[in-house]
Amino acid sequence: MESISIEGTPKTPTVNFDASTGKIEIKGRSIPENSIEFYKPLVDWLESYSSSPQKLTEVNIQLEYFNTSSSKCILDVFKKLESIHKAGNEVLINWYYEEDDEDMLEAGEDYQSIIRIPFKMIEIEE
Amino acid sequence: MSFKAEEWFESINCGNVLISYQGEVSSELITSSLEVVESKLDESNEDSKMKRKVYNVLVELLQNLFHHSEMVKGVAGNNEAMKYAIFVVTKPGEELYSIYTGNFVKNSRIQFLTDRVEQLNAMSVEELKELYKMILNNEEFSDKGGGGLGMIDVARKTGSKMEYSFNEFSDEYSFFCLNININ
Repeated sequence: MESISIEGTPKTPTVNFDASTGKIEIKGRSIPENSIEFYKPLVDWLESYSSSPQKLTEVNIQLEYFNTSSSKCILDVFKKLESIHKAGNEVLINWYYEEDDEDMLEAGEDYQSIIRIPFKMIEIEE
Repeated sequence: MSFKAEEWFESINCGNVLISYQGEVSSELITSSLEVVESKLDESNEDSKMKRKVYNVLVELLQNLFHHSEMVKGVAGNNEAMKYAIFVVTKPGEELYSIYTGNFVKNSRIQFLTDRVEQLNAMSVEELKELYKMILNNEEFSDKGGGGLGMIDVARKTGSKMEYSFNEFSDEYSFFCLNININ
């Protein structure tokens, strides 16, 4: 399976999805006007990946900003991961936030309360 | 009398202005406006929490203009129909930012928008959080691509009441003025 590697822009995040290692990373800013267009290929990739996932899928989400239009798409990503987890595979989500960014921590906790996958909240010191 | 958006623009475009704009709102314009505001916040050594709040709220408000402004003819001397909108970001005092936006809406939408803003203004931060999560998890995107979450997020992040007015422009359209304070 091909991996996904997308470089970040001022409005879209850096993305690395690697099926051979089970490492999934979304990092940077996610504030596009049309987030469905950006996230659809990622959700589709996870759909294919879910047919033969790694024993452990480790997800690193390190966002500086994301808009509400992306928030729904990020939930779609998590829902795909949830189904991989439900099928008996290990999935871990690492949610990174800067130490004084309470809004980003809270956003992670919002997802944590909706999605049934282990979340780890990780503070980044400035 | 038909509302003159350009006069309203003049009235709010004063004091310590970080950015002001009237005209069409495109995706590129939003990108460059956000860059301008971000660099000004950096230059002024603003507290990082405040900086993030202003930036986040501005993203949602500008994208609302992008998605929801109606095309209207005869604005500010333009005969061509255009997606005219206004935004101004000012810093009227220490630890206080004020964002104004204005865009045309159909008169038939006024009641819906009024109810929406009043509903959010009446909610506590906890209630806003619950509403946000409910809509995030349950509702589909609208045809304009928004999740219906933008205004809830703005209310949640600012914790202050939104001020707004609808000003009649024609039988079909009104100008929706919105003011958000962040402190």
